[in-house]
Order: sequence, then structure tokens, then C-alpha cells
Amino acid sequence: MAAIYSLYIINKSGGLIFYKDYGSKGRMDTNDSLRVASLWHSMHAISQQLSPTNGCSGIELLEADTFDLHCFQSLTGTKYFVVCETGTQHMEALLKVIYELYTDYVLKNPFYEMEMPIRCELFDINLTQAIQKDRVALLGR
Amino acid sequence: NIFHGKWIRLEDAGYAVGARVLELLCHRDKGNRRETRLLGILSFVHSTVWKVLFGKVADSLEKGTEHEDEYMISEKDLLVNKYISIPKDMGTFNCGAFVAGIVRGVLDGAGFPAVVTAHFVPMEGLQRPRTTILIKFAEEVGTTRLLL
Repeated sequence: MAAIYSLYIINKSGGLIFYKDYGSKGRMDTNDSLRVASLWHSMHAISQQLSPTNGCSGIELLEADTFDLHCFQSLTGTKYFVVCETGTQHMEALLKVIYELYTDYVLKNPFYEMEMPIRCELFDINLTQAIQKDRVALLGR
Repeated sequence: NIFHGKWIRLEDAGYAVGARVLELLCHRDKGNRRETRLLGILSFVHSTVWKVLFGKVADSLEKGTEHEDEYMISEKDLLVNKYISIPKDMGTFNCGAFVAGIVRGVLDGAGFPAVVTAHFVPMEGLQRPRTTILIKFAEEVGTTRLLL
């Protein structure tokens, strides 16, 4: 059964603003998650320079032996990436859904300070629902 | 409560909107007729005003059970609260204060002065509490009703 291990959201400067893990695989303590976030931010930036094609917008998919990493970067430079089991389908669509939840429940919240860690109850609630729906859909296939 | 100031400003901003919405709707939707009955003005707020502001009539209009001259308009998912998560350290602050201000502006302009506040009310079976706009009419409104 395909599964999501963790979700990261990093701001345009590479700082971690949201981290959630689902299950013990890929669980990280606070410091490690911060390091992974800035590591990914740098790798993503470097990949744009290394790319042999013009107009590359950075790494979208990283496939390793034990996990896959799907990354979506919005036009404003915020990056949303999931670490999941190898071969998990429809992660791009899930990232887009999470992006929409971010615009609804984080950006429309006047109490949220831009680029700061996300502490919005509604975002958490709706994110959990979206991931659950995704799990159910995957199980149904 | 340091956020009391913010609440007052939000509510006042709503009041300004309410006063203008009343003028507009009286001219546009009610043919310049003036509402003189309590239930009439409440129904006007619950249906006409809500429809113009939020695209739908309010979920419910109820008479308060505890006090005379208390009425409640409730909405499961009030637009101004729909996307906003109140930080824990802000306690009972409710962005519905803006809508409470609108209602107060409408009622005041129509000659039914009232104190209007917004509250979160947890409901069975609903994930989020619904928002209730509590309207407490001033004393003179009650006496006017008796005279009519």
C-alpha cells in the first residue's frame, strides 16, 4: 500500500514553515527536519543552474531506493514536498491540493505572519482530511 | 484584554457597512418602504441583507429563550470566519464581530437600536463551532412594540 511518510513546506528563503510526518518511517526530530529543509532548498536551487535545458524550474521528482520525493514550487518560491513510498501515485495532484489549502487557510488568515511557521488550526484540520481522502482513494484501487 | 481594541475597530468598520447597506437595500429592494415591525426588520436582516452580503439567506433566526428582546441569527460557516484560525492566545476573539457591526448598523439606521455581538457555539456533529450573531434590542424598542 502506497504511503506518505512526511510533508514539508519551506518558505522562499529555505526556512521550514511546516513539517508533518505520517508514521514512523521518515520521522525526524526538529533539528533534522530543519536541516533537510534547507538542504533541499539548496539542492533545488543548484539543480536549476545544473540543468542542461533552459528555463528549468528545479527538481520535481527524486527517486531513491527506499523513497520518492515529490516537490512543487509555487510562483512565489514556496516549496511543498512529500517524502513517500517508492511508486506512490498522484503525489503531484496531492501537492496541488495542499497548495490550495495553504492559500485558503494560511494566506487568508490575517493573523498569519508571512514566511513564519504555520500555526493555523484550520490548515491542520483540512490537511488531515485531504491526506485521509487520498489514502482512501488509494486503498479503493 | 489587549485585543478588545481590535474588536471595537472591527465592529465599527462593520457598523459603517451596515448603515450603507440599509440605505441601498431600502431603495433597491424595498421600494423605499420603511420597516416598522421587529419581526419585519429581523427577517430583512436574515434574508435580504444576508443574500446581498453572502449570496444566501442566514442558516437560522431564533428568538432567545433566556431574555426578552434577544434574537439570534446563526450561520454554520460564516464567511469572515471560514478561513481564519484564531491564535490560541487571543482567547474568545471572533472575527464575526465585523458582521455583528453590520447588523448593528442596519438595525440602528432602521430605528431598532440594539447591542449585537458574535459568538462561537459548538454544535453536535459539526467539526467547527457555528457562529451566532446575538441581537439584544434596547429597551425603547420593546416599549415601541407595546404601543403599536
